[in-house]
Amino acid sequence: MLRLARKRWLFRAFRKRRELRNVADRTSAISHDAILVFSTLRNERFRLPFFLRYYREMGVNHFLIVDNDSDDGSREYLAEQPDVSLWTTRHSYKRARFGVDWLNWLQMKYGHNHWCLVVDPDEFFVYPFCDIRPLRALTDWLDASSIKSFSAMLLDMYPKGPFDAQPYHEGQDPFEIAQWFDSGNYTIQRNRKYGNLWIQGGPRARMFFPDLPERAPALNKVPLVRWNRSYAYASSTHMLLPRGLNQVYDEWGGEKASGVLLHAKFLDTFAHKAEEEMERRQHYANSHEYRAYRLAMAKQPDL
Amino acid sequence: MTVGFVMLCHTALDRAAQVARHWATHGCPVVIHVDKRVKRKGYDGLVKALGDLGNVRFSGRHACEWGTWGIVAATQEASTIMLRSFPQVRHVYLSSGSCLPLRPVAELVRYLDERPRTDFIESMTTEDVGWTIGGLNLERFTMRFPYSWRKQRRLFDGCVRLQRRIGLKRRIPAGIVPHLGSQWWCLTRSTLSAILDNPDRAEIERYFRHVWAPDESYFQTLVRQVSDQVESRSLTLSKFDFQGKPHIFYDDHLQILRRSDCFVARKIWPHANRLYDSFLSDNSSGQAAAEPNPGKIDRLFARAVERRTKGRAGLYMQSRHPNENWENGRTAAPYSVFEGFSDLFENFEIWLGKATGTRVHGHLFAPDRVHFAGGDSIYNGALCDSAAMRDYNPKSVLTSLIWNTRGERQCFQFGPADNQDLKWFMAGDANAHISVISGAWAIPLFHSNRNFGDIRHEAAQLQKIEAEFLTILRASWVKARVRTWTLAEFVENPMEPLQTIVDEISPRSLRRLTEAPLLADLTGFGQFLQNLRNQGMQPVLMGDFPANGVLPMAANRRGRPYLVK
Repeated sequence: MLRLARKRWLFRAFRKRRELRNVADRTSAISHDAILVFSTLRNERFRLPFFLRYYREMGVNHFLIVDNDSDDGSREYLAEQPDVSLWTTRHSYKRARFGVDWLNWLQMKYGHNHWCLVVDPDEFFVYPFCDIRPLRALTDWLDASSIKSFSAMLLDMYPKGPFDAQPYHEGQDPFEIAQWFDSGNYTIQRNRKYGNLWIQGGPRARMFFPDLPERAPALNKVPLVRWNRSYAYASSTHMLLPRGLNQVYDEWGGEKASGVLLHAKFLDTFAHKAEEEMERRQHYANSHEYRAYRLAMAKQPDL
Repeated sequence: MTVGFVMLCHTALDRAAQVARHWATHGCPVVIHVDKRVKRKGYDGLVKALGDLGNVRFSGRHACEWGTWGIVAATQEASTIMLRSFPQVRHVYLSSGSCLPLRPVAELVRYLDERPRTDFIESMTTEDVGWTIGGLNLERFTMRFPYSWRKQRRLFDGCVRLQRRIGLKRRIPAGIVPHLGSQWWCLTRSTLSAILDNPDRAEIERYFRHVWAPDESYFQTLVRQVSDQVESRSLTLSKFDFQGKPHIFYDDHLQILRRSDCFVARKIWPHANRLYDSFLSDNSSGQAAAEPNPGKIDRLFARAVERRTKGRAGLYMQSRHPNENWENGRTAAPYSVFEGFSDLFENFEIWLGKATGTRVHGHLFAPDRVHFAGGDSIYNGALCDSAAMRDYNPKSVLTSLIWNTRGERQCFQFGPADNQDLKWFMAGDANAHISVISGAWAIPLFHSNRNFGDIRHEAAQLQKIEAEFLTILRASWVKARVRTWTLAEFVENPMEPLQTIVDEISPRSLRRLTEAPLLADLTGFGQFLQNLRNQGMQPVLMGDFPANGVLPMAANRRGRPYLVK
């Protein structure tokens, strides 16, 4: 059954390729051992300089980005970058299963046999020894250990005090502002069907969903995968098929290596973004997440 | 006299060339074997890069698949070339393309000169080896392995199973006592030539060709026949992870590698520029005659293996989600659960906190909210006091709380009115110390000013829940440390159990308790129980309270400090 589901996602991605219009194609510069970043974004111009710098310094060789109809100059900025290949689309983010279909297609086409990192522009990958070893040290080690996928749960970072107390400047490290995180209030369940863990909790569950914890957003992610064109993300980067790739945790008491995606969502730009996303209604489950944010934000935006 | 290096290479040929050049320019001949599966272009590049060196040779190429004969064949051929081409070589050192010398060549030469007849090769009998992967020890020598372990794993495993089932066994040739050990050795000319020129070599080879992983057994076995000075250890520092794959060294291992005083280490990450730069530069020199001492590295990597295989008890996270009973401890640290104490004593939490110097929580699983110590709404690790969130996954809340407060003992109140989801979990947790005063839940009911019909109804419910909990605590599989008293028992002599509990929580404070917590007023409690009985309920968990009055001792003691002589 899961095989059928995977084929369906792949076929869907194949159909959705028509929605993408190429803006800058530098994919011929991708060498056979390049590490690739895939991303979908909309109106993230301010975040992009630091985003690109962060991953370049980590050792990422090429960025493949889908721009979902930005009007703040993101597209123009990205098109100029020497290591970015850019596609743009005006089609519905929601109907592309929140961008997954678009990226599945690009990964199918360009990601085969590469280490692929799928992140949003506000997600910053951290892994063991990332302060002293480049990303290639990790991927080489994963190769040597015959590990195909690497987990990194989403960790929501937030500033002390109201979000808008410290404005974010272009190019700035967002974690100079958002320095805080919840260290130990996460719940974990196993999804028997797909074999992945379902992690919830953190400040978003605590602040926005204290009475409806089952609706709190999922934090488990598997963003780094040695891609094969027959793989597919089933739901954002939370779940993969074939489901063996979701087996990023040890069941017999041991600990596997894992990373973290630092989530710089809660900056001064957040309130504005939440408003905008509510109007577009392009997010998961009728944007209930953003609705909850807006309600809570109206009261006291201090995590 | 000098040492010659045989290098087996298959990847990162530029690094191999760099190391080969280092050895060759320091007067050590090098013979390089390149895996047959390496492309022509890469091989030619390597030959060209080392073309200017007179004491570097290349040997014929074999396909070296892991665990197969090819590696031994390559070693044999390269060693033969070494012995034939370089008569000044006394020791031959087998290394790989991802090896890196940690000490100056001169120190190695001097070390070997002082031990001119010693063969350094790890060689252990099959009974003594604990590190083989896949459970193959002696069976390596008595089975056949026609399938590749890497590419045809199912066939490989099936073949092993089949041979086990039908009892098919190869005969070990006479005179051969199987030994195993690290592939990386350093042998003397006399030993190596005796192995290579053995008149029975063809026959021995025929046998070893079908042994599993002959690279770890061929030389290790034969050396016992020809050498009288075997030093059973490898001069190459090489650590293995739990899958039997070699650990890789990175730039940040520089200091620890330097302090190991080993001569050669593997495997080095090909992009570890700092390691290659510092160890291949001439000015690095350790203490002159230091013995190799990999102890520190051994400990570091043993810890890594342990964490990978056993993990940290009580930690649940994205990369550790143990199946039930595989947790190696369900929680991170001991904690105490008190049922009935806060009903029987007034301000029990405050008293216990004072007596033991810990923070004591109220009812963590109460229906209204999570009662953290001091009424906090956010506790360590940003745990939140929402009852809905807690009830969504109570196990996560408890395990997180214990994990977040490691080093500080947790005590909390529990009771039949609370969420009972964790009763099995706690009963099966060796860290849980559960103390129950059964029937104490009746005291708040007794003091409450409610309709007796409601009280009776609720009492029946609470009694049923508590009885269930007690039944679980009496089961044979329970790992928690459990103490139970009936209310009557406890009231008769409260100090002794309290002292035991306090000693258990803070064993180092050898103080005797001087102050008892304040007992709730039990005047008329016996009559209350009788009233329940008269209404048709059977209150059993409290023990024997005389219906017509109070327990004299308890009543007298009320409100007075309890002094122990």
